[in-house]
Amino acid sequence: MSKKIVQLKTPLGEEVLKLKAGDHVELSGIVYTARDEAHLRMMENGVPFDPKGAVIFHCGPVIRDKKVIAAGPTTSARMNELSGFLIEKGVRGLIGKGGMGATVRKQLKGTAVYFAFTGGCAALASSHMTLNGVHYEDLGMAEAVWEIGLDRLPLVVGIDSHGNDIFDAARRKSETVMRKYS
Amino acid sequence: MKTPDDPLHKALADATFQAYRQAVIRLPPDVLRVIEKAAAAETNPVARGEFTNILKNIEIAERLGVPMCQDTGVPVIYLTIPPDVPLSQDFYDAVAEGVRRVTKEVPLRPNVVDPLTRHNTGDNTGAGMPAMHVKPGKTLAVTVLPKGAGAENMSRITMLLPSKKDLIEKFVVETVYLAGSRPCPPVIIGVGIGGTFDGAAALAKEALLEPVDTMTEYEQQILCAVNKLGIGPMGLGGDFTALAVKVKTAGCHTASLPVAVNIQCWANRHATVEAKR
Repeated sequence: MSKKIVQLKTPLGEEVLKLKAGDHVELSGIVYTARDEAHLRMMENGVPFDPKGAVIFHCGPVIRDKKVIAAGPTTSARMNELSGFLIEKGVRGLIGKGGMGATVRKQLKGTAVYFAFTGGCAALASSHMTLNGVHYEDLGMAEAVWEIGLDRLPLVVGIDSHGNDIFDAARRKSETVMRKYS
Repeated sequence: MKTPDDPLHKALADATFQAYRQAVIRLPPDVLRVIEKAAAAETNPVARGEFTNILKNIEIAERLGVPMCQDTGVPVIYLTIPPDVPLSQDFYDAVAEGVRRVTKEVPLRPNVVDPLTRHNTGDNTGAGMPAMHVKPGKTLAVTVLPKGAGAENMSRITMLLPSKKDLIEKFVVETVYLAGSRPCPPVIIGVGIGGTFDGAAALAKEALLEPVDTMTEYEQQILCAVNKLGIGPMGLGGDFTALAVKVKTAGCHTASLPVAVNIQCWANRHATVEAKR
C-alpha cells in the first residue's frame, strides 16, 4: 500500500469529513456494538450512550469472562432502514461488512462515514479489543450493546461523507459484466 | 443403543471433536496456499488491505487456538467406514456427541435451530443435524466441514436443458453476481453437475473438499469468468472475487442437466481425523 494509514480516535469530529472512500484507517477508542434488536430499542427508548461523535459497530460478539473472544462484523445492509436516527443524533461512523444502501449513503453526506472491516476476521478483531461495558444485556449476547475499546483496528472507508461508495462502484461494475451474458 | 463407554463410540466422538476443533481454528494447507497466492497477485490497494487482514486473522487464530470466524457454522460430516465395521445408528449418536462436546469446550457458537419455531437447541445438533454423509472407505475417518450461513445462503440450483450446457458458466457467474458482498468473498465455488436434483447439491458441497490449489481447464475457465465481475474481497472491488472453482460430476438422465452451486467464504474450513480404534 502506497497511501498512508490515517489514525483516528473516538469520539470522532470534523476530521471524518476529510476521509475519502478507499482510505485505510486505524481506529482507536470506544465503539458500541449494535445489531437489529439494539437499533429498534434505541429508536424507541433513546440511545444509552452519548451519540455525539460515536461509532457504531455492526457486530454480535462472543464474550466470555468479560473478554471479547470473537468479534467479526455482521452484514450492515440489515441496518439500512435503522441507521438514520443515529446519524441525526451525531454518530460519526458505522463499522460493518458488505456496505449499505443508497438511503444511508445520503444520510452520511456531510456528516459521517461507513467503515468496512474484513468479514470473517473475528480473531484479528478481538486481538485489537478490550471490553468496557454493556447496555441492553437482556437482549442476549449477540444483540446487546457492548462498549468495546479499540486499539488501532484496521479499517477501510467504504462510503465517505461526499457520497463516494466503493461497494456501489464494484456492484455497478459487476452489473455491466453480467449484462454481457444475456 | 451402545453406551458411551463402547470403544468404537468413544473413538468416533473423539475424532469428531478433534476434526471440528481443528477445522474452525486452522485452514487446510491447500486453502491457505490459494489465499496467499491471490494476496500476492491482487493489484487493487483496498483489496490488498483485505487480504492482509485475512492472513493476519488466520495467523492469530492458529497462534491463540481460537476460531477464525465467529460463525462456526453448522456441522456437515463426511464419514468413511472400512469393510470390517458394520454401520449402525450408534455412529450417528457418537458423532452428535462429539459435536455437543466441541460446541461446549472450544466454545462454538450454537447455530442450530428448529426451522419453523426457530428455537435454538444450544448444542449444534437437531433433527437431521449434524448433516451426515456416509461412504465406504479404507479407514474409519470423520471429515467435518463447518458451513457458515453467509455463504451457504447464496447457493443455488437449476435444472438446465441438456442442449444448453453452455449456460453452466453463466449460472455460476450469475450466482456469484447475485451474492455480491454477502458471502464474504473471495469465495471458493463448489459446482455439482449431473446426478439428480438433490444429488447435484450434494456434489457441489463435496467439491469443496477437493484440493483447491489444482484446477482443470474447465474450472479455470469458470474462475476466470467469475473474477471478471470485479466484486473483489468483501465486495470492495478487486481482482479476486473467487479463489477457486471445483467441479464434480455424476451421470444423469438424458433429458436432464442439473447444476448446483455451493458458495463457500474464503475460510473453506474442513478437517479429517481418523478414529483410533
